[in-house]
This record gives sequence, structure tokens and C-alpha cells, in this order.
Amino acid sequence: MSCCADGVAKQVVTNTQDSARAGLLSELALQARHLGDGSVNYQIAAPSMHCGNCVNTLECGLGALPDVAKVRANLSLKQVSVTLRSPEKSLETVVAKMDELGFKPQSPGDLARQSHDEVLQRLVRSLAVAGFASANVMLLSLPVWTGATGATETLFHYISALIALPAVAYAGRPFFSSAWAALKQRRVNMDVPISLGVLLATGMSLYESFLGGGQAYFDAAVSLLFFLLIGRVLDHMMRNKARAAASHLAQLAAKGGMVIGADGTLTYLPLGGIKPGMVLRVAAGERFPVDGTVTDGASDVDRALVSGESAPVAIEIGSGIEAGTLNLTGSVDIKATRAAEHSFLAEITQMMVAAENGRSTYMQLSDRMAKAYAPVVHILALTTFAGWLIYSHGNLHASITAAVSVLIITCPCALGLAVPVAHVISAGRLFASGILMKDGSALERLAAIDTAAFDKTGTLTTGQPSVKHLGIPAGEIATLAKALALRSVHPGAKAIAAAIEGSASASIAGLREVPGHGVEASHMGHRLRLGRASWVAEIAAQTTSLPTETGVAFALEGGPLYYSTLSEKLRDGAAATIAKLSARGIESCILSGDGGPQVEVVALACCIKEYHAGLKPGDKLAWLKQKAEAGKHVLMVGDGLNDAPALAAAHVSIAPASASDVGRTAADFVLTSDDLTMVNFAHEAALKTARIVKENFALAIIYNVFAVPLAMAGQLNPLIAAIAMSSSSIIVVANSLRLQLLKPDHSLRARPTNRTFKPEVAHA
Amino acid sequence: MNGLLFLIPVALGLGALGLTAFMWSLSNGQYEDLEGAASRILNDEEIEPRA
Repeated sequence: MSCCADGVAKQVVTNTQDSARAGLLSELALQARHLGDGSVNYQIAAPSMHCGNCVNTLECGLGALPDVAKVRANLSLKQVSVTLRSPEKSLETVVAKMDELGFKPQSPGDLARQSHDEVLQRLVRSLAVAGFASANVMLLSLPVWTGATGATETLFHYISALIALPAVAYAGRPFFSSAWAALKQRRVNMDVPISLGVLLATGMSLYESFLGGGQAYFDAAVSLLFFLLIGRVLDHMMRNKARAAASHLAQLAAKGGMVIGADGTLTYLPLGGIKPGMVLRVAAGERFPVDGTVTDGASDVDRALVSGESAPVAIEIGSGIEAGTLNLTGSVDIKATRAAEHSFLAEITQMMVAAENGRSTYMQLSDRMAKAYAPVVHILALTTFAGWLIYSHGNLHASITAAVSVLIITCPCALGLAVPVAHVISAGRLFASGILMKDGSALERLAAIDTAAFDKTGTLTTGQPSVKHLGIPAGEIATLAKALALRSVHPGAKAIAAAIEGSASASIAGLREVPGHGVEASHMGHRLRLGRASWVAEIAAQTTSLPTETGVAFALEGGPLYYSTLSEKLRDGAAATIAKLSARGIESCILSGDGGPQVEVVALACCIKEYHAGLKPGDKLAWLKQKAEAGKHVLMVGDGLNDAPALAAAHVSIAPASASDVGRTAADFVLTSDDLTMVNFAHEAALKTARIVKENFALAIIYNVFAVPLAMAGQLNPLIAAIAMSSSSIIVVANSLRLQLLKPDHSLRARPTNRTFKPEVAHA
Repeated sequence: MNGLLFLIPVALGLGALGLTAFMWSLSNGQYEDLEGAASRILNDEEIEPRA
């Protein structure tokens, strides 16, 4: 029997590898870049690459293959770029070689596109041009301020114009295009006053240099662009980093499946190519690509994505399965019942898109400021113009000069920096503590919350069961049980293996995983079983009434039946986090898809008063909508696919590290550690950042209070403008740097959680 | 005044040189793998990309 079982096991392994390999090859081929001379460039991700030696091994190993024209490993992106002369057959050898070298090849997905980030390249180039121009124009302005007159002044103005004009045209484009886009939609954003200020400063300086012989503000225009571009580049880099890290974490979801043809051959088809009625083979450890029914084989399925329940469900011929659920123990053939675009997964995605559209009405703080700021500035300029016209009895030149200088001095340099600099610094602090932020506005939204909704499974609890009562006596029996449990991938078995102390050195042979039931092996001629109670009881001596609690049974042939009960483990710091949040006046509640009793236990352990059990994804969405209509700002913390629509719909959302791919995409923040206290830290950081941003705005406005009257009185000169602008920017940046002091409170995590929920491992 | 006639072009020229050098390094991919470059220096033999 044992040799037969080995044969089966081996075949499953080859199948799994084959199908994964075929999927990878077709994905890589899709993303390939064809170079002119018939060779093709592939980007292959190798996440396990981590040092110079790995780079060396990969480049030498792959470079030695025939047909490889060029190979370059990129350690920052953990990606290899391979150029092949004849792509068809050699790609397979390259992938096989990478496996052999110990670097598991993967499809880079979105990362491939990120290495060629056009937007960032453009911004950095603009920044370089603005930096060059502002340094040189500033150098030419200094002699003018310190007394150069006549021909020298005129010469310096001409040279400044020569440098500043192309620089403004090139480096100003990100602002001009954004301002233009906003104006076309009849909106005002911060870029409108910025563009206006820069263009007017340049225009007036041109006029004065060539016709009027007065003062030039070229330095103000280009250094303004330089400062603002620094903010833009930082902002962009922060988002890229968060996105790249999030996709590094991403498990590869099923992007296609192995279809069994009429003649029994296996071919890999991408998701779009799978039609209802096709028969697919799904190996253990893979996710089902489409909804379907099982036609052959049996297995256990992890449906946590769909139901939120962590306990695996047994499936056999005729069972229905949903796309996105994980096939745990055995290879099965399924018949697709619905095309991928109509699957359960796709329905969830559609719900998310709809929810996200509903949220896009949120307006960023800087845009709200701009909306209030721009009209005030324009009215001030207009008043200045009218006032001067009356005061100077129709002197048009003096009136225009005064009005334009008001617009220049109010150009929101510090305002433009106030938000991005604060966000970038606090995103950096969050990143260092293991919190990825998708977008700066998420911090503003997080600061505004008054309610926090938590999912249960996988969020407040770890999603992995832990042993509540072991029930297996120490000694030989425990050693055997541990040896057997260690060889299973079932979460329950893993928990038991972790709960049994001591060695696992027992001689067991003929290991066999029976899908839907458990694992079986033999020890000195006696069978051992670990798994479902009814199945294990078949070999046990006593067959008393079977326990009803969730758990795993173990027995040695002819011996008694041992039963371990399992319970969910509360995440570290869950109770402390909720206590901290409620200390700040934020109500917490649980939204769970699980049954009432389980949710109640967790709610009690975390001191949460409000909890809702048995909710479907749509119900969570409805609950959030109801809260939003009542004027509440809800933070949603959840991980599963079933939470994804809620994550997208909530005012702001956080997904823990264990979250599903979809959950991570939908959430605003993604935690990279299992530590739930980071939710508390993120909220603290958001509050602090909001305060700093407000201070920044106040500082920028105070500077205007002093500078604007000067400009209105016609007393503004380029020296004052330059000093006022740079100093206000520096003050704003310095104030934002205080966020660098943010630190998570690690003591929260160490604090013991509520005793009733501590896993009680009986040391029998 | 005469000094300015060559000092200003020299100053601008040097600045432009730096700008061009930066633009070149950017388009040449010098910033694409910062971590890798730091580690590569520890490799003994130079890996020649196969022509």
C-alpha cells in the first residue's frame, strides 16, 4: 500500500509543477518585449534574490546557457532581465535553470511596468532643469540686489530670461497641465494659483527687462518651481514604494488554469480563455480559477476568502466550488460552470468598483484649501488694481505692477509644500514601522474617523486555529501524533504539531493524505490516523459518542481515540488596540461572516459592545452605507475577499499582512506585520500629521499676512519676494520634519490579551 | 566688466555640463539598481555580458 501511495504523491507533485510552470511561461511571454533584431527581452521576478552573490550566481548561471544574449539581475527590483536570441524553446530552459539555481522564478506582474516609470522620469528631469535654472538665475540676481546697475543689470536680466524661459516652459508643465485640466472641469486646485503666479512672474519680468527696465522676478519663478517639484517627486516616490512593496507581498492568484482537452492533454489557458463546460485540473495548493463543480477526485478547500471561515471544507465529486478558494489537499478535476468574468470573484470586484466610485467624492485638503484660497487671492489682486488706479489717477502701469506683484507673492509655494512634505515624512515613518500607505489623502481620511469596524477572522483573530485542549497524553503517543501532524498541510494539524512539545522522531512509514479526512501512516505495523473524528474512529478501539466541538482526532490502531479541540487565536495586541482607540473616542464594532457564538467570544475578549454576525459582503456594504448616511466616518479593518467591497467603500481602510490579494488592493493601508497595534499607530500618526499640516497652512498664511500688504502698497521688490518665499518654504519643511519623531508603542503588543481567550494548551 | 564676458559663460557651461551628465545617467539606467551596484563591487570576477 505504501508504495502505491508514494506513486500517487509523486504524480501530484509533477502535475502541480507542470501547471505552474506552463502558467508562468505564458505570462512571461505575454509581457515580453520584442527587440528589433528578432531577440526578445523577458523580465522574470526572483523574490529570493537578496545579495551580491545571488546576482553573481544568476548572471553566470543564466549567461552560460545557449541562446542567452544578455542577462542582467536587478537587486532593487528583485528581477532578472534576460534577452534571448530565439525565444520559443529557450525561455523554458532559462526558467528551469533559475529553479535549479534555487531562485524560484515568478511573473513580475505590475513590477515590470514599474521599472520604466515614465511619470517619475519626467518629474526628475523637470526637477533637474529647475534646479539648474534656479541656481544660475539666483547667482545672477545677487549682484543686481547688491547694487549692479545700468548695462550690467540689463545684461544680467537678459541672461536670466534666456535661462528662465526654457526652464519654466519645461519644468512647469506638470503644474500647467494639471491646472488646465482642473480649469476645464471648472474646478480650482492648488496648481491654478501656482501656474498663475509662475506665468505672471515670468511675463512681467520679461516685459520689465526688455521694455520697462524695472525689476525682474525670474529667480522667484524658477525657484518656486524647484521647491514645488521637490514635493511632487517625493510624493510620487512614496506612492511607488508602497505599491511595489504591496505587490511583492502578493501571492500569485490564479490567472489561468490547466484545461484537460478531449484527448486528455493538458493545456494552460489564461482566465479569459476558460469557457463554461471546460474541464480543468487544479492541483493541491492552487486556487480555483473559475466557479465550477468537481468531476473527479476529492480534496479539502479553504473557503476563508468567501465565507471568512477558516476551517477547511471537504469536497467530493459533485460539490460546487467558487473561484478564488484554495485547494488544500488533493488534485481535483472541475467542470467550469461560469466564465471567469461572471464568477463570484468577478462579482466582488464589480461591487468594489461601484463602492470606490462612490467614495471619489472625497476632496483632498489641499484642494479644499485651494478652493478657498484662490478666490481670496484674485479678489485681493483686483482690489489692488482698482485701488491703485484711483490713487495714482489712472496710472495703468503702476496699477498692473502692483496687482501682479500681489499674485506673485501669494503664489502658494509654502502651501504647495505644506501637504506633500508632511505626508511623505509620515509615510516614511509608517513604512519603517511596517505600514504601507497607498495615497496621501488616506492619512487625512484616517484622521477624521469616529468609528472603527473590524472583521473577525484573519483580522482580530489570526485565522489560524490554535489548540484549546490538547487531549493527547505525553510520551510515545504525543511523539507519534506530532510526527504525523508535521507532515500535513492542514491548519488543524499544524496547530497540533505546534502544541505538542518535544521531539517528533518516531519511525512512521507509508504516509498518505486522504482528502477530506486526514492523514494516515503506519508505525510498527499499526495504522495511525489524524483527522476527522468519524474517520479516525474507524481504527480506534472504543467508539464512544464522538465530540461535537471543532477539533482534530488522533488514534493508533486498536488504541483509544484522542481528541484535541481547536479555537481561534486572538491576534497580539487586538484588545489593546481597541482600548486605545476607544480612549480616543472611537467606537469599535465587529462585522463578521461567522456565526453568532464565535463572534460573541471575540467581542467579549476585546471589550467590543457592538457586533454583527453572519454578514455577507453585501450586508457589510449596506451597514457602511447606513453609517455614512448618518454622517459617520468609518475605518474598516479587514482581510478577506469578503471584506474587499467594504474596504473599498469605507471612509478609510486597513488590511493586515495576511489579507487576500483583493483585500490588499482595496485597502488604503496595508500592514506588513501581523501586529494589530499598528492600526493604533497609524491612527496616531494620521492625527499628528493632520495637526502638522494645519500648522503648515497657518505658517504659510502668516507669511502672506506680512507680505501681501507690502505688495499691495507697491513696495514689493525681487529681493523681498525671494527671501519671503524661500524662508516660508524652509519653515514649512522644518515644521514637517517634526513628524520624524513618530514611533510606534511596542509595549502595547506585549500587554497580555484578555485571559478568557488565551489558548490553553494542556500539558498532559 | 570684461571678466564677466568669459566668467558667466564658464559658470553656465559648467552648470549645463552637470545637468547633461545627470540627464545622461538618468536615461542610461544608472539609478535603476542602487542596491545591486553596492553588492556587485564585492564580486571578484567581472561578469561580461555575452555579446
